[in-house]
Amino acid sequence: MTPVLEIDGLVKHFGAGRGQAVHAVDGASLSIAPGEVLGLVGESGSGKSTVGRCILRLTDPTAGTIRLDDTDITHLSRRALRPLRRDVHIVFQDPYSSLNPRFSVGRIVGEPLRRHRVASGRELADRVAAMLERVGLAASLSRRYPHELSGGQRQRVGLARSLILEPKLVVADEPVSALDVSVQASVLNLMTDLQRDMGFSCLFITHDLSVVKYLADRIAVMYLGQIVETGPAAEIFASPQHPYTQALLSAAPVPDPVEQRERSRVVLGGDIPSPLDPPAGCRFHTRCPVAVERCRTEEPALVSRRDGGGPVACHLVTGADVPDLTAI
Amino acid sequence: MTGARTAPNGDGPLLDITGLAVDFDTEDGVVHAVKGVDLSLGAGEILALCGESGCGKSVTAMSIPGLLPRGARISGSVKLEGRELTTLPARALRDVRGKEISMVFQEPMTSLNPSFTVGYQLGEVLRRHEGMSRGQARARSVELLDLVGIPAPDRRIKEYPHQLSGGMRQRVMIAIAVACSPKVLIADEPTTALDVTIQAGVLDVFRDLRDRLGTAIILITHDLSVVADIADRAIVMYAGRAVEQAPVTELFARPRHPYTMGLMKALPAAVTAAGVGERPRLAEIPGMVPTPMTDPDECAFQPRCPRAEPDCTASRPILEKAVSESPADGHTVACFHPLEGEGR
Repeated sequence: MTPVLEIDGLVKHFGAGRGQAVHAVDGASLSIAPGEVLGLVGESGSGKSTVGRCILRLTDPTAGTIRLDDTDITHLSRRALRPLRRDVHIVFQDPYSSLNPRFSVGRIVGEPLRRHRVASGRELADRVAAMLERVGLAASLSRRYPHELSGGQRQRVGLARSLILEPKLVVADEPVSALDVSVQASVLNLMTDLQRDMGFSCLFITHDLSVVKYLADRIAVMYLGQIVETGPAAEIFASPQHPYTQALLSAAPVPDPVEQRERSRVVLGGDIPSPLDPPAGCRFHTRCPVAVERCRTEEPALVSRRDGGGPVACHLVTGADVPDLTAI
Repeated sequence: MTGARTAPNGDGPLLDITGLAVDFDTEDGVVHAVKGVDLSLGAGEILALCGESGCGKSVTAMSIPGLLPRGARISGSVKLEGRELTTLPARALRDVRGKEISMVFQEPMTSLNPSFTVGYQLGEVLRRHEGMSRGQARARSVELLDLVGIPAPDRRIKEYPHQLSGGMRQRVMIAIAVACSPKVLIADEPTTALDVTIQAGVLDVFRDLRDRLGTAIILITHDLSVVADIADRAIVMYAGRAVEQAPVTELFARPRHPYTMGLMKALPAAVTAAGVGERPRLAEIPGMVPTPMTDPDECAFQPRCPRAEPDCTASRPILEKAVSESPADGHTVACFHPLEGEGR
């Protein structure tokens, strides 16, 4: 089956003056199958949001290709891109700043229908009402304004706006990170239901591992602009291969004091290096507890493991399994 | 690696708060942010105050060192080693702050002054509160940065905040907070803005401070996994009141208040232990938090509670011992129909 989204060698550098560039994304490749939820995880500055923004062409990639349903959209003009925008939508993290405060809820949710001349008048109003109901909001809310809504309600409005054109792909950038636990649970339930019913593919960008563990079919782990490991969610959580993935999973506490206090942790030295001047060789070598000489000079490619597991970008893993760092 | 810990017991609590209430006058009327909180903290204890936005956890914490904004009305008592703080004159309170009680905030980016070096900001505290000379302050600053796990501290003290990463800045804030060896450190969401790998290191610093200096810590957080990782005891707040209080292992093993149980069941981790990719429904807590403008004499959680009975609206439950023959002492809950403690 043709992937809904295919990214190959995506590069995005932002000029930082004095001839320097922020290497936000540096050669990322991934694909999403129809109906699949891919969790893109990484810490701040890993480039995961930039990947999302490039897919929407909210920012133009420096190099690489982005294909939507087999159409190369990397260099399409704004005009040529317009019909394709029906198929891809984004949900932002902050439900406070991503809705226009001067528009009513009905106007916000109906805007994509109007933009793409899909519906107008009575039909538009009916579709907005139906969509609001689908995301668990009363149709009467369409006359309200964003400031009158709670955070959870706003995020539902954001979802309704993204889904009203029944897109093939939804890019969700930390959609539940600003919400309280009890509200987060209801939004995650809603996203699960809608995804099952409507069948859209989803790139779910988050730093919260417990959320991707719940929601994602597959996971891609980013570090300093590159994808270091991908694979089925269950596999990654059961046996992470890349030393960074291991460190990341072991650092995230679990909400159970007995289990949490028994766990061993891979402690990373130092901080994430500056994306202005990423390290040569493997980008993780400056913090990796098992790095060898080769890691300092030669950049590892994201290649499949011999045992058929998901691809990993690590010199030590691709030959054989990497040592279990938590056992050291 | 962290071992199970129990709260060390001294003679009476280090910090004793009774009937703390905080009101704010706003354009729309009076906001009852905290409606009566009792809290005690033992020497060397790590106590977590947890709950969702608007539950009053931060306001409770800020009222301890008298850091509430103008317009806040505080009642009740806050005693540090028997000394009443709420009636202390501003000048005396300033000495308490920094020297006996200090604070660390969520935002390490804005809590440091960008135009002074790390060494200057740390040294200023030592010179002002401890009367140290420039040279003494410098030597102590290096020690403190080392204590909070900053590599090459003698080089770092010459740097400005913008030269440090978020995790490093938060470590500097902690170093400043513990510069005068306070008895109580209040940390308000200290790791919320940090990545997990950095958070783990900062939590280690807190553990280390408690172990090496005996600092008692009040940790305000919305994150139950952080509570599970580091706290000895936890208080769960809802709508301006404490609804449950227990040693952490007891609280997670046998939550008694339906709200606490609701929070724990709403976490994605509550269902993924069984298997990844199944996506069973997460438990939701229906309804919304009540308005802080009113304070009816009833259980505040009752409109959202699956166990509510008619008596829940007749009066307000107080925090009392969960079960008389409870094996874990010190588990208290404010509920007329608490869970039996059958676990999660």
